[in-house]
Amino acid sequence: MMPVAIFDAVLGAALLWLAWHALASPDLFKAIVLFVSFGLLMALAWVRLDAPDIALAEAAIGAGLTGAILLATLAKLQTMTGKNTFVLSAQPAFKSLFLRGLLIVLLSGSAAGIGYAVWVLPSNSNGLRLDVAANLDASGVSNPVTAVLLNFRGYDTMLEMTVLLMALLGIWSLGGLPPRPRRPAAAVLDIFSRFLAPVFILVAAYLLWVGADAPGGAFQAGSVLGAAGVLMLLSGWRPHDRFTLRYLRFALTAGASAFIILGLLTMLHQGQLLAYPPAQAGTLILLLESLATVSIAATLAALFLAEAPDHTENQ
Amino acid sequence: MNHALLYALVGVGLFLLGFYALIIHAHLLRKILALNIMGSGVFLVLVALAKRTHDAYPDPVPHAMVITGIVIAVSATALMLVLLLKIFAKTGQAALSDRHKK
Repeated sequence: MMPVAIFDAVLGAALLWLAWHALASPDLFKAIVLFVSFGLLMALAWVRLDAPDIALAEAAIGAGLTGAILLATLAKLQTMTGKNTFVLSAQPAFKSLFLRGLLIVLLSGSAAGIGYAVWVLPSNSNGLRLDVAANLDASGVSNPVTAVLLNFRGYDTMLEMTVLLMALLGIWSLGGLPPRPRRPAAAVLDIFSRFLAPVFILVAAYLLWVGADAPGGAFQAGSVLGAAGVLMLLSGWRPHDRFTLRYLRFALTAGASAFIILGLLTMLHQGQLLAYPPAQAGTLILLLESLATVSIAATLAALFLAEAPDHTENQ
Repeated sequence: MNHALLYALVGVGLFLLGFYALIIHAHLLRKILALNIMGSGVFLVLVALAKRTHDAYPDPVPHAMVITGIVIAVSATALMLVLLLKIFAKTGQAALSDRHKK
Protein backbone atom coordinates (compact mmCIF):
# COMPACT_ATOMS: atom_id res chain seq x y z
CA MET A 1 0.00 0.00 0.00
CA MET A 2 2.77 2.38 0.95
CA PRO A 3 4.59 2.71 -2.42
CA VAL A 4 1.26 3.38 -4.13
CA ALA A 5 0.49 6.18 -1.67
CA ILE A 6 3.91 7.72 -2.37
CA PHE A 7 3.24 7.47 -6.12
CA ASP A 8 -0.09 9.26 -5.68
CA ALA A 9 1.50 12.02 -3.64
CA VAL A 10 4.32 12.50 -6.18
CA LEU A 11 1.89 12.50 -9.09
CA GLY A 12 -0.38 15.03 -7.39
CA ALA A 13 2.57 17.29 -6.61
CA ALA A 14 3.91 16.92 -10.18
CA LEU A 15 0.53 17.89 -11.64
CA LEU A 16 0.40 21.06 -9.56
CA TRP A 17 4.05 21.86 -10.31
CA LEU A 18 3.61 21.39 -14.07
CA ALA A 19 0.38 23.41 -14.11
CA TRP A 20 2.07 26.25 -12.25
CA HIS A 21 5.08 26.30 -14.55
CA ALA A 22 2.97 25.98 -17.68
CA LEU A 23 1.14 29.10 -16.55
CA ALA A 24 4.10 31.09 -15.21
CA SER A 25 7.00 30.17 -17.52
CA PRO A 26 8.19 33.31 -19.36
CA ASP A 27 8.72 31.44 -22.62
CA LEU A 28 5.45 30.57 -24.31
CA PHE A 29 6.90 27.59 -26.20
CA LYS A 30 8.12 26.09 -22.94
CA ALA A 31 4.72 26.77 -21.40
CA ILE A 32 2.98 24.75 -24.13
CA VAL A 33 5.44 21.86 -23.84
CA LEU A 34 4.87 21.81 -20.07
CA PHE A 35 1.12 21.86 -20.71
CA VAL A 36 1.42 18.80 -22.97
CA SER A 37 3.37 16.92 -20.31
CA PHE A 38 0.71 17.98 -17.81
CA GLY A 39 -1.84 16.27 -20.08
CA LEU A 40 0.22 13.08 -20.15
CA LEU A 41 0.45 13.00 -16.35
CA MET A 42 -3.30 13.63 -16.18
CA ALA A 43 -3.71 10.41 -18.18
CA LEU A 44 -1.77 8.61 -15.41
CA ALA A 45 -4.03 10.16 -12.78
CA TRP A 46 -7.08 8.85 -14.68
CA VAL A 47 -5.60 5.36 -14.59
CA ARG A 48 -5.07 5.66 -10.83
CA LEU A 49 -8.73 6.66 -10.48
CA ASP A 50 -9.88 3.56 -12.41
CA ALA A 51 -10.98 5.60 -15.41
CA PRO A 52 -9.20 3.97 -18.39
CA ASP A 53 -11.78 5.38 -20.83
CA ILE A 54 -10.85 8.92 -19.81
CA ALA A 55 -7.14 8.08 -19.82
CA LEU A 56 -7.40 7.07 -23.48
CA ALA A 57 -9.33 10.20 -24.40
CA GLU A 58 -6.96 12.44 -22.44
CA ALA A 59 -3.83 10.92 -23.98
CA ALA A 60 -5.20 11.39 -27.50
CA ILE A 61 -6.93 14.75 -27.09
CA GLY A 62 -5.73 16.51 -23.94
CA ALA A 63 -2.07 15.79 -24.53
CA GLY A 64 -1.93 15.17 -28.30
CA LEU A 65 -4.42 17.26 -30.21
CA THR A 66 -4.62 20.28 -27.88
CA GLY A 67 -0.82 20.47 -27.89
CA ALA A 68 -0.72 20.31 -31.69
CA ILE A 69 -3.29 23.11 -32.02
CA LEU A 70 -1.50 25.26 -29.45
CA LEU A 71 1.89 24.83 -31.13
CA ALA A 72 0.39 25.56 -34.55
CA THR A 73 -1.09 28.79 -33.18
CA LEU A 74 2.21 29.77 -31.59
CA ALA A 75 3.98 29.15 -34.90
CA LYS A 76 1.46 31.42 -36.67
CA LEU A 77 1.90 34.12 -34.04
CA GLN A 78 5.65 33.93 -34.54
CA THR A 79 5.45 34.25 -38.32
CA MET A 80 3.06 37.19 -37.89
CA THR A 81 5.44 39.04 -35.56
CA GLY A 82 8.72 37.79 -36.96
CA LYS A 83 9.89 37.24 -33.39
CA ASN A 84 11.14 33.97 -32.07
CA THR A 85 10.25 34.09 -28.41
CA PHE A 86 7.41 35.51 -26.41
CA VAL A 87 9.19 36.44 -23.24
CA LEU A 88 6.99 39.50 -22.80
CA SER A 89 3.93 37.30 -22.66
CA ALA A 90 4.52 36.68 -18.96
CA GLN A 91 3.69 40.27 -18.13
CA PRO A 92 0.81 40.55 -15.69
CA ALA A 93 -2.49 42.20 -16.59
CA PHE A 94 -2.06 44.56 -13.68
CA LYS A 95 0.96 45.52 -11.63
CA SER A 96 -0.67 46.68 -8.42
CA LEU A 97 0.68 44.55 -5.59
CA PHE A 98 -2.40 45.33 -3.51
CA LEU A 99 -4.74 43.89 -6.16
CA ARG A 100 -2.54 40.81 -6.52
CA GLY A 101 -2.49 40.31 -2.77
CA LEU A 102 -6.26 40.72 -2.61
CA LEU A 103 -6.68 38.15 -5.40
CA ILE A 104 -4.42 35.67 -3.61
CA VAL A 105 -6.34 36.15 -0.34
CA LEU A 106 -9.68 35.65 -2.09
CA LEU A 107 -8.45 32.56 -3.92
CA SER A 108 -6.94 31.05 -0.76
CA GLY A 109 -10.32 31.58 0.87
CA SER A 110 -12.05 29.77 -2.02
CA ALA A 111 -9.42 27.02 -1.88
CA ALA A 112 -10.14 26.48 1.80
CA GLY A 113 -13.90 26.55 1.20
CA ILE A 114 -13.96 24.16 -1.77
CA GLY A 115 -11.31 21.95 -0.17
CA TYR A 116 -13.40 21.72 3.00
CA ALA A 117 -16.53 20.92 0.97
CA VAL A 118 -14.68 18.06 -0.74
CA TRP A 119 -13.16 16.89 2.56
CA VAL A 120 -16.47 16.54 4.42
CA LEU A 121 -18.22 14.58 1.66
CA PRO A 122 -19.00 11.03 2.77
CA SER A 123 -16.01 8.86 1.98
CA ASN A 124 -18.24 6.10 0.67
CA SER A 125 -20.78 6.81 -2.03
CA ASN A 126 -22.10 4.73 -4.87
CA GLY A 127 -23.49 7.65 -6.85
CA LEU A 128 -25.41 6.30 -9.82
CA ARG A 129 -23.23 3.19 -10.09
CA LEU A 130 -25.88 0.76 -8.86
CA ASP A 131 -28.55 2.23 -11.18
CA VAL A 132 -26.19 1.83 -14.13
CA ALA A 133 -25.30 -1.73 -13.10
CA ALA A 134 -28.96 -2.67 -12.73
CA ASN A 135 -29.84 -1.48 -16.24
CA LEU A 136 -26.64 -2.52 -17.99
CA ASP A 137 -28.22 -5.65 -19.46
CA ALA A 138 -30.85 -3.61 -21.28
CA SER A 139 -28.31 -1.11 -22.66
CA GLY A 140 -26.93 -3.32 -25.44
CA VAL A 141 -23.27 -2.94 -24.36
CA SER A 142 -21.33 -4.19 -21.35
CA ASN A 143 -18.90 -1.27 -20.86
CA PRO A 144 -20.78 0.94 -18.37
CA VAL A 145 -19.15 4.15 -19.64
CA THR A 146 -20.24 3.44 -23.23
CA ALA A 147 -23.70 2.54 -21.90
CA VAL A 148 -23.97 5.94 -20.19
CA LEU A 149 -22.54 7.87 -23.16
CA LEU A 150 -24.56 6.27 -25.91
CA ASN A 151 -27.68 5.00 -24.17
CA PHE A 152 -28.60 6.36 -20.74
CA ARG A 153 -27.28 9.84 -21.45
CA GLY A 154 -27.33 9.70 -25.25
CA TYR A 155 -28.86 13.18 -25.12
CA ASP A 156 -25.56 14.62 -23.81
CA THR A 157 -23.62 13.00 -26.63
CA MET A 158 -26.12 14.31 -29.18
CA LEU A 159 -25.60 17.84 -27.88
CA GLU A 160 -21.86 17.30 -27.81
CA MET A 161 -21.77 16.38 -31.49
CA THR A 162 -23.64 19.63 -32.13
CA VAL A 163 -21.15 21.63 -30.05
CA LEU A 164 -18.24 20.21 -32.07
CA LEU A 165 -20.02 21.25 -35.26
CA MET A 166 -20.76 24.71 -33.85
CA ALA A 167 -17.11 25.27 -32.95
CA LEU A 168 -16.10 24.44 -36.51
CA LEU A 169 -18.87 26.62 -37.94
CA GLY A 170 -17.64 29.40 -35.67
CA ILE A 171 -14.15 29.14 -37.13
CA TRP A 172 -15.47 28.96 -40.68
CA SER A 173 -17.75 31.95 -40.22
CA LEU A 174 -14.81 33.97 -38.91
CA GLY A 175 -13.29 33.29 -42.32
CA GLY A 176 -10.83 30.75 -40.96
CA LEU A 177 -7.11 31.23 -41.10
CA PRO A 178 -5.12 32.03 -44.23
CA PRO A 179 -3.95 28.79 -45.86
CA ARG A 180 -0.58 27.72 -44.59
CA PRO A 181 2.24 27.50 -47.12
CA ARG A 182 2.20 24.12 -48.83
CA ARG A 183 5.81 23.14 -48.87
CA PRO A 184 6.65 19.46 -49.33
CA ALA A 185 7.17 17.67 -46.04
CA ALA A 186 10.59 16.51 -44.92
CA ALA A 187 11.34 12.96 -46.06
CA VAL A 188 11.20 11.49 -42.55
CA LEU A 189 7.80 12.99 -41.74
CA ASP A 190 6.48 12.04 -45.17
CA ILE A 191 7.49 8.37 -44.94
CA PHE A 192 6.62 8.18 -41.26
CA SER A 193 3.08 9.44 -41.77
CA ARG A 194 2.54 7.08 -44.71
CA PHE A 195 3.39 4.19 -42.40
CA LEU A 196 1.47 5.52 -39.42
CA ALA A 197 -1.81 6.56 -41.04
CA PRO A 198 -2.99 2.96 -41.74
CA VAL A 199 -1.97 1.92 -38.20
CA PHE A 200 -3.99 4.81 -36.77
CA ILE A 201 -7.02 3.75 -38.82
CA LEU A 202 -6.66 0.18 -37.56
CA VAL A 203 -6.31 1.31 -33.94
CA ALA A 204 -9.36 3.57 -34.31
CA ALA A 205 -11.44 0.71 -35.70
CA TYR A 206 -10.29 -1.54 -32.86
CA LEU A 207 -11.11 1.07 -30.20
CA LEU A 208 -14.53 1.61 -31.75
CA TRP A 209 -15.35 -2.10 -31.81
CA VAL A 210 -13.91 -2.94 -28.40
CA GLY A 211 -15.71 0.03 -26.78
CA ALA A 212 -18.85 -2.09 -26.38
CA ASP A 213 -17.33 -4.17 -23.61
CA ALA A 214 -13.91 -2.71 -22.73
CA PRO A 215 -12.37 0.78 -22.45
CA GLY A 216 -12.68 2.54 -25.79
CA GLY A 217 -15.52 3.84 -27.92
CA ALA A 218 -16.45 6.57 -30.36
CA PHE A 219 -14.58 9.41 -28.67
CA GLN A 220 -11.31 7.58 -28.33
CA ALA A 221 -11.57 6.13 -31.83
CA GLY A 222 -12.55 9.52 -33.25
CA SER A 223 -9.62 11.28 -31.63
CA VAL A 224 -7.11 8.68 -32.82
CA LEU A 225 -8.52 8.99 -36.34
CA GLY A 226 -8.47 12.78 -36.00
CA ALA A 227 -4.81 12.58 -34.97
CA ALA A 228 -4.11 10.58 -38.14
CA GLY A 229 -5.78 13.41 -40.06
CA VAL A 230 -3.61 16.00 -38.31
CA LEU A 231 -0.48 14.01 -39.12
CA MET A 232 -1.47 13.84 -42.79
CA LEU A 233 -2.25 17.58 -42.85
CA LEU A 234 1.14 18.31 -41.30
CA SER A 235 2.89 16.31 -43.99
CA GLY A 236 1.29 18.44 -46.66
CA TRP A 237 -1.75 16.41 -47.64
CA ARG A 238 -4.96 18.31 -48.42
CA PRO A 239 -8.33 16.90 -49.39
CA HIS A 240 -9.27 17.71 -52.96
CA ASP A 241 -11.84 20.48 -53.36
CA ARG A 242 -14.26 17.95 -54.77
CA PHE A 243 -14.24 16.23 -51.37
CA THR A 244 -14.40 19.36 -49.27
CA LEU A 245 -17.56 20.46 -50.99
CA ARG A 246 -19.68 17.37 -50.49
CA TYR A 247 -18.12 14.37 -48.78
CA LEU A 248 -16.30 16.33 -46.09
CA ARG A 249 -19.50 18.13 -45.12
CA PHE A 250 -21.30 14.81 -45.01
CA ALA A 251 -18.59 13.40 -42.71
CA LEU A 252 -18.75 16.47 -40.48
CA THR A 253 -22.50 16.30 -39.98
CA ALA A 254 -22.99 12.50 -40.02
CA GLY A 255 -22.74 12.06 -36.23
CA ALA A 256 -25.08 14.88 -35.27
CA SER A 257 -27.64 14.00 -37.97
CA ALA A 258 -27.60 10.31 -37.02
CA PHE A 259 -28.37 11.26 -33.42
CA ILE A 260 -31.16 13.62 -34.44
CA ILE A 261 -32.75 11.19 -36.90
CA LEU A 262 -32.54 8.29 -34.44
CA GLY A 263 -33.85 10.55 -31.68
CA LEU A 264 -36.91 11.42 -33.78
CA LEU A 265 -37.49 7.77 -34.76
CA THR A 266 -37.28 6.58 -31.16
CA MET A 267 -39.66 9.35 -30.13
CA LEU A 268 -42.19 8.12 -32.69
CA HIS A 269 -41.66 4.46 -31.91
CA GLN A 270 -40.84 4.29 -28.19
CA GLY A 271 -42.30 7.63 -27.12
CA GLN A 272 -38.99 8.88 -25.72
CA LEU A 273 -35.91 10.56 -27.14
CA LEU A 274 -33.13 8.04 -27.82
CA ALA A 275 -34.87 5.22 -25.90
CA TYR A 276 -33.74 2.22 -27.92
CA PRO A 277 -35.66 -1.04 -27.91
CA PRO A 278 -33.37 -3.32 -25.80
CA ALA A 279 -33.19 -6.03 -28.47
CA GLN A 280 -31.74 -3.65 -31.09
CA ALA A 281 -29.81 -1.42 -28.70
CA GLY A 282 -26.40 -3.01 -29.40
CA THR A 283 -26.72 -2.57 -33.17
CA LEU A 284 -28.06 0.96 -32.92
CA ILE A 285 -25.23 1.97 -30.59
CA LEU A 286 -22.62 0.54 -32.96
CA LEU A 287 -24.21 2.42 -35.86
CA LEU A 288 -24.33 5.69 -33.93
CA GLU A 289 -20.78 5.22 -32.69
CA SER A 290 -19.40 4.53 -36.17
CA LEU A 291 -20.95 7.68 -37.60
CA ALA A 292 -19.92 9.68 -34.53
CA THR A 293 -16.33 8.44 -34.91
CA VAL A 294 -16.18 9.67 -38.52
CA SER A 295 -17.65 13.03 -37.52
CA ILE A 296 -15.40 13.51 -34.49
CA ALA A 297 -12.31 12.64 -36.54
CA ALA A 298 -13.23 14.93 -39.44
CA THR A 299 -14.19 17.79 -37.11
CA LEU A 300 -11.02 17.54 -35.01
CA ALA A 301 -8.81 17.52 -38.10
CA ALA A 302 -10.77 20.46 -39.57
CA LEU A 303 -10.48 22.34 -36.25
CA PHE A 304 -6.73 21.82 -36.41
CA LEU A 305 -6.48 23.07 -39.99
CA ALA A 306 -8.88 25.95 -39.22
CA GLU A 307 -9.07 26.98 -42.89
CA ALA A 308 -12.47 27.85 -44.21
CA PRO A 309 -13.31 25.92 -47.40
CA ASP A 310 -12.91 27.91 -50.57
CA HIS A 311 -16.25 28.86 -52.10
CA THR A 312 -14.99 30.88 -54.98
CA GLU A 313 -13.33 28.24 -57.10
CA ASN A 314 -15.60 25.31 -57.68
CA GLN A 315 -19.09 26.69 -57.58
CA MET B 1 -7.01 9.75 3.76
CA ASN B 2 -7.71 7.63 0.70
CA HIS B 3 -6.18 8.45 -2.64
CA ALA B 4 -9.44 9.59 -4.29
CA LEU B 5 -9.62 12.45 -1.79
CA LEU B 6 -6.01 13.39 -2.52
CA TYR B 7 -6.77 13.67 -6.25
CA ALA B 8 -9.93 15.66 -5.52
CA LEU B 9 -7.87 18.16 -3.53
CA VAL B 10 -5.26 18.33 -6.32
CA GLY B 11 -8.18 19.08 -8.66
CA VAL B 12 -9.30 21.96 -6.43
CA GLY B 13 -5.71 23.24 -6.44
CA LEU B 14 -5.49 23.06 -10.25
CA PHE B 15 -8.78 24.92 -10.65
CA LEU B 16 -7.64 27.77 -8.43
CA LEU B 17 -4.14 27.92 -9.98
CA GLY B 18 -5.78 28.22 -13.38
CA PHE B 19 -8.21 30.86 -12.11
CA TYR B 20 -5.36 32.94 -10.68
CA ALA B 21 -3.43 32.75 -13.95
CA LEU B 22 -6.56 33.57 -15.97
CA ILE B 23 -6.93 36.86 -14.13
CA ILE B 24 -3.27 37.77 -13.67
CA HIS B 25 -1.90 37.21 -17.21
CA ALA B 26 -2.52 39.66 -20.00
CA HIS B 27 -1.48 37.41 -22.90
CA LEU B 28 -4.48 35.66 -24.44
CA LEU B 29 -2.67 32.39 -25.17
CA ARG B 30 -1.90 32.15 -21.46
CA LYS B 31 -5.51 32.80 -20.59
CA ILE B 32 -6.48 29.91 -22.88
CA LEU B 33 -3.93 27.63 -21.17
CA ALA B 34 -5.30 28.75 -17.81
CA LEU B 35 -8.87 27.91 -18.83
CA ASN B 36 -7.74 24.44 -19.90
CA ILE B 37 -6.00 23.85 -16.56
CA MET B 38 -9.13 25.01 -14.72
CA GLY B 39 -11.14 22.51 -16.74
CA SER B 40 -8.70 19.70 -15.92
CA GLY B 41 -9.10 20.56 -12.23
CA VAL B 42 -12.88 20.28 -12.45
CA PHE B 43 -12.60 16.95 -14.30
CA LEU B 44 -10.22 15.62 -11.65
CA VAL B 45 -12.63 16.52 -8.82
CA LEU B 46 -15.55 14.87 -10.66
CA VAL B 47 -13.73 11.61 -11.34
CA ALA B 48 -12.10 11.48 -7.90
CA LEU B 49 -15.52 11.81 -6.28
CA ALA B 50 -16.79 8.99 -8.52
CA LYS B 51 -14.07 6.77 -7.04
CA ARG B 52 -15.54 6.82 -3.53
CA THR B 53 -16.73 3.25 -4.01
CA HIS B 54 -13.62 1.67 -2.48
CA ASP B 55 -12.87 -1.57 -4.30
CA ALA B 56 -15.95 -1.66 -6.50
CA TYR B 57 -16.07 -0.25 -10.04
CA PRO B 58 -16.37 3.57 -9.84
CA ASP B 59 -19.53 5.46 -10.80
CA PRO B 60 -19.45 5.59 -14.64
CA VAL B 61 -21.73 8.64 -15.03
CA PRO B 62 -19.07 11.26 -14.14
CA HIS B 63 -16.64 9.35 -16.38
CA ALA B 64 -18.97 9.81 -19.34
CA MET B 65 -19.43 13.49 -18.46
CA VAL B 66 -15.66 14.03 -18.35
CA ILE B 67 -15.07 12.30 -21.70
CA THR B 68 -17.70 14.59 -23.21
CA GLY B 69 -16.05 17.52 -21.44
CA ILE B 70 -12.59 16.76 -22.82
CA VAL B 71 -13.89 16.78 -26.40
CA ILE B 72 -15.83 20.00 -25.79
CA ALA B 73 -12.73 21.58 -24.23
CA VAL B 74 -10.57 20.88 -27.28
CA SER B 75 -13.18 22.28 -29.69
CA ALA B 76 -13.63 25.40 -27.56
CA THR B 77 -9.84 25.78 -27.39
CA ALA B 78 -9.56 25.57 -31.17
CA LEU B 79 -12.22 28.27 -31.56
CA MET B 80 -10.54 30.48 -28.94
CA LEU B 81 -7.17 30.15 -30.67
CA VAL B 82 -8.63 31.23 -34.02
CA LEU B 83 -10.26 34.21 -32.30
CA LEU B 84 -6.87 35.01 -30.76
CA LEU B 85 -5.18 34.99 -34.18
CA LYS B 86 -7.97 37.16 -35.59
CA ILE B 87 -7.57 39.66 -32.76
CA PHE B 88 -3.82 39.66 -33.35
CA ALA B 89 -4.20 40.23 -37.09
CA LYS B 90 -6.56 43.15 -36.41
CA THR B 91 -4.83 44.89 -33.51
CA GLY B 92 -1.23 43.67 -33.63
CA GLN B 93 -1.56 42.59 -30.02
CA ALA B 94 -2.14 39.18 -28.50
CA ALA B 95 -2.82 40.62 -25.08
CA LEU B 96 -5.82 42.40 -23.65
CA SER B 97 -4.93 46.08 -23.53
CA ASP B 98 -5.76 48.31 -20.63
CA ARG B 99 -7.90 50.94 -22.30
CA HIS B 100 -7.75 53.35 -19.38
CA LYS B 101 -4.02 53.79 -19.80
CA LYS B 102 -4.29 55.36 -23.22
